[in-house]
Amino acid sequence: MALWFAKSRTIIHHLKREVGFMGVFHQNIWTSSSSSSYMQPGPLSSIFPFNSSQRFKSTKAASQHEHLYSTDDDGGDNSQADITYPPFSEEKAEGLDFPGGNVACISEMRFLSESTGMRIPCYSVLDGNGEIIVGSDYEQLSEEIAVKMYTSMVTLQMMDTMFYEAQRQGRISFYMTSTGEEAISIAAAAALTADDIILPQYREPGILLWRGFTIEEFASQCFGNKDDCGKGRQMPNHYGSKKLNFVTISSPIATQLPQAVGVAYSLKMDKKDACVVTYTGDGGTSEGDFHAALNFAAVTEAPVVFICRNNGWAISTNISEQFRSTYLFSCLLRLPFSFSCKGSPCTKPITLSGTIQCFFLSAFLSLGDGIVVRGRAYGIRSIRVDGNDALAVYSAIHTAREMAISEQRPVLVEALSYRVGHHSTSDDSTKYRSVDEIEYWKKVRDPVNRFRKWVERNGWWSEEEESELRSSMKKQLLQAIQVAEKTEKPPLKELFSDVYDVPPPNLREQEKQLRETIIRYPQDYPSDVPL
Amino acid sequence: MDRDPHVCVMGEDVGHYGGSYKVTRGLADKYGDLRVLDTPIAENSFTGMGIGAAMTGLRPIIEGMNMGFLLLAFNQISNNCGMLHYTSGGQFTIPVVIRGPGGVGRQLGAEHSQRLESYFQSIPGIQMVACSTPYNAKGLMKAAIRSENPVILFEHVLLYNLKERIPDEEYICNLEEAEMVRPGEHVTILTYSRMRYHVMQAAKTLVNKGYDPEVIDIRSLKPFDLHMIGNSVKKTHRVLIVEECMRTGGIGASLTAAITENFHDYLDAPIVCLSSQDVPTPYAGTLEEWTVVQPAQIVTAVEQLCQ
Repeated sequence: MALWFAKSRTIIHHLKREVGFMGVFHQNIWTSSSSSSYMQPGPLSSIFPFNSSQRFKSTKAASQHEHLYSTDDDGGDNSQADITYPPFSEEKAEGLDFPGGNVACISEMRFLSESTGMRIPCYSVLDGNGEIIVGSDYEQLSEEIAVKMYTSMVTLQMMDTMFYEAQRQGRISFYMTSTGEEAISIAAAAALTADDIILPQYREPGILLWRGFTIEEFASQCFGNKDDCGKGRQMPNHYGSKKLNFVTISSPIATQLPQAVGVAYSLKMDKKDACVVTYTGDGGTSEGDFHAALNFAAVTEAPVVFICRNNGWAISTNISEQFRSTYLFSCLLRLPFSFSCKGSPCTKPITLSGTIQCFFLSAFLSLGDGIVVRGRAYGIRSIRVDGNDALAVYSAIHTAREMAISEQRPVLVEALSYRVGHHSTSDDSTKYRSVDEIEYWKKVRDPVNRFRKWVERNGWWSEEEESELRSSMKKQLLQAIQVAEKTEKPPLKELFSDVYDVPPPNLREQEKQLRETIIRYPQDYPSDVPL
Repeated sequence: MDRDPHVCVMGEDVGHYGGSYKVTRGLADKYGDLRVLDTPIAENSFTGMGIGAAMTGLRPIIEGMNMGFLLLAFNQISNNCGMLHYTSGGQFTIPVVIRGPGGVGRQLGAEHSQRLESYFQSIPGIQMVACSTPYNAKGLMKAAIRSENPVILFEHVLLYNLKERIPDEEYICNLEEAEMVRPGEHVTILTYSRMRYHVMQAAKTLVNKGYDPEVIDIRSLKPFDLHMIGNSVKKTHRVLIVEECMRTGGIGASLTAAITENFHDYLDAPIVCLSSQDVPTPYAGTLEEWTVVQPAQIVTAVEQLCQ
C-alpha cells in the first residue's frame, strides 16, 4: 500500500510538471482548435498505455496493476485478466469480413481487461490557489466574461443559501441547491450562445442565471405564483423558459437525454448553427435512457453535448454502488483525511499534510472508470474535466460545442465534482456521509473561491466589490422572496388550461363543477388563488 | 409529409424496410433517411427523441412496431408527452403522433396482442383515436398530424388489408367525432376498431330477425364524443358496448361510467358491455378466437337487451 502511494506520488509529480498530456490521449481524435496545440506523446505514454495506436504489451502497467490489486487470498488463476493489449503486427493479420466491416484476426486468445489500470486524468487548468498551471491549454476569457462568471457564481451560491433557508422556514415546499457545482453550469453557459438549447436535469439553474433569468423569476417559480412563466405547475427548481432556450425540467431522471437527441435531430434538419447541451448526474447514467440517447446520438450524428455531473452521490448512493469503479478509490472518496480503507491489505491509517492531500485527491478522485470511458463504447468523443475549475469547464465546453456543430457529432463531457449540499431539502446527507467530508469539499475545494483567486490575481475584482456584491445580492434575494411570497397564485382557470391546446368538453365540465363547489363552500377555498 | 417539411417519421424499420406492416413503404426513398428515420431498438428513447424534436418545431410521427412495445415508452408518454405542455406553462408544445398496430391478430401470442388504449386512457394531455376503415384512417392520421396536441392513433393488425374507394381531394376527419355507421331505432351499439366489423356482421343477422340496431364507431377514445352518443341514447334507450380490450379498466368501463353519469334518465336497461376476458391472449387459434367478442355473442346480447 505504502509502495503504491509512493509510486503514485511520482505520477502526481509528472502530472504537475508535464505539459499537454492531453495530447497523449487525444492525438488520434483531437483536431486542433485555435488555442489548443497538438502535442507529441511524452514520457507519460508508457505510464498511460491508453493510446489507441500504441497498443503494446505493457508489462509495466501489468506490474502496477498487481500492486493495486493484491490477490494473495484469491486462489483463482487471473492470468487471462491481464492488462495487456494484443500484439498488432500488420503482416500477420488476415482480415475477415463480418457485418460491420473487416476485422483482423489473431490466434492468441486475449481478453480486453475490464479496466485500463490507470484512470483517465481530468482536464484542469487552475490550481487550488487560482493560478493557471504552466503550459495549460485554455480559452482566454475577457475581463467582462470572467467577472460576469464570478458574480453569477456568487449569486447562485447566495440564492441557493437563501432559498434553502426559505424552505426550512416553511415558506416554500422544496428546494435543491447546486452548491459545489456552480462552475459546471455557469462556466458552460458562458461558453455557449443564446441559440444553444439546454435540456437540464435539475441542478443547473446557473445556466438560466447566466442567460438573464431574474432573481424575481426564480422566486416566482419557487412560490408558484402568477408571475411564474410555468404558471405554478411544476415543483420548485423545475424551471423552464422557452425564450431562454431552457426546456422545462421534468423530474424523472434522464428522460431529457433522448429528448435532447431529438432536439439536435431537429437542429440538424434545419441546419442551424447551434447545438444542444443536456445534463445528467452520475446516477442518471444508470438509466436506460442514457445508454439509448448516447447510442442514438452517435448513430444519427446529432450535434449534442452530453454533460455528466459526476458529483459522487445519487441521493445516498455513492458512485461505487452506482457503477463499477475501483473499490479502493471509492473508499478514498469517503475518507479524505485518513487513508485506512477497509478491505485493503494495509490497515494502518496514513495521514498526509493538507496541500499534498489536496493534489492527491484531485488526482485520485479523478481516477475511477466513471463515465468518460463509456463514450468510446458508443463511438462518442469524450473528455473528463475538473468540474470545480471554471476555466477548464469553459474551455472544454467551448471546444465541445465547436466540434458538435462543425463536425455534426455528439460529445460527452464528464465533469468531476462533489455535491456539497444535500440532494434536496428532503434529504439529510449527514446520515450517509461524514460531516468532515462535506466540510472539506465546502471549504478547501470550493469552485467559487478558486475562480475568485484567479479573477483577483488579474486585477479584475477586489474586496470592496465582493462585499458590495454580497450585500446588495442579499437585499435583492430577501426582497424577491418577500414579494413572491405575497404575490397571488395563478387564477383557477390555469388549473385546466394547457392540458390540451383548447380545453375539451370534459375539462370545461370539470371546471364548472369545481366553481360550483367553491361557490357553495367559499370558506374552504384559499384566499390567494383568484377565481 | 409533402405539405409540411416538418413532418417526419421515426421508428424501427420504418425506412427502407417500409415498416413492419408496410405503412411507411416508399417514404424513405421519397423523403430521405433523415425524414424517415430508422431508430435503434429503444422505444422509450425514440419516443423521447420524438418529444424533443416536437418541442423544437418538428412534427414527428412515432411508430411502435407493435403497439405493445410502446409499454416501454410509457414513461416518456405519460411523464413528458402528456405533461410538458402543462408543466411548462404552455411554453412548449408536443405535436407528436404516436401510432402503431395493436389488437388481437392471428396467433401472434400474448405480447403481440396488446390493447393499450385501456392503459393510456388516464394520461392527461393526450388524445386517443382508433381508426377502422381506409377512409377514416387517412382522415384521422392527417388530423392527428395537424393537431397541436399529442395524439395516439390506434391501428389494428388485421385491418391493414382493407380496400376502399376514397376521395382524391384532401379531407380530414375530426379527431373528437364519432362515426355513424348504421342509423337505427332499437338499440345503440358502440364499438371501435376491428369490432366494428363483428358488429356489422351481427347487425345483418339482427336485421333478419327484425331488430334495428344503431351502430356507432366511437373513433375518439379520449375524449368520447358524448354528443353523438348522447343523441343516440336518447333515441334508443338501450346501449351495448362491444370492444376488444379487456373488461377490467377498459374503454368500455369508462364509457359505461360516462354514459350513466350523463344520460342515466334516458336508459331503459343497464348498459351491457362485451369485452375480452381478463386473460393474456393465448396462442392457440381456437382459444384466441374465444377471447375476442364474436358476432354470435353480439346477437345474443342485443336480443337480451331488447326483451
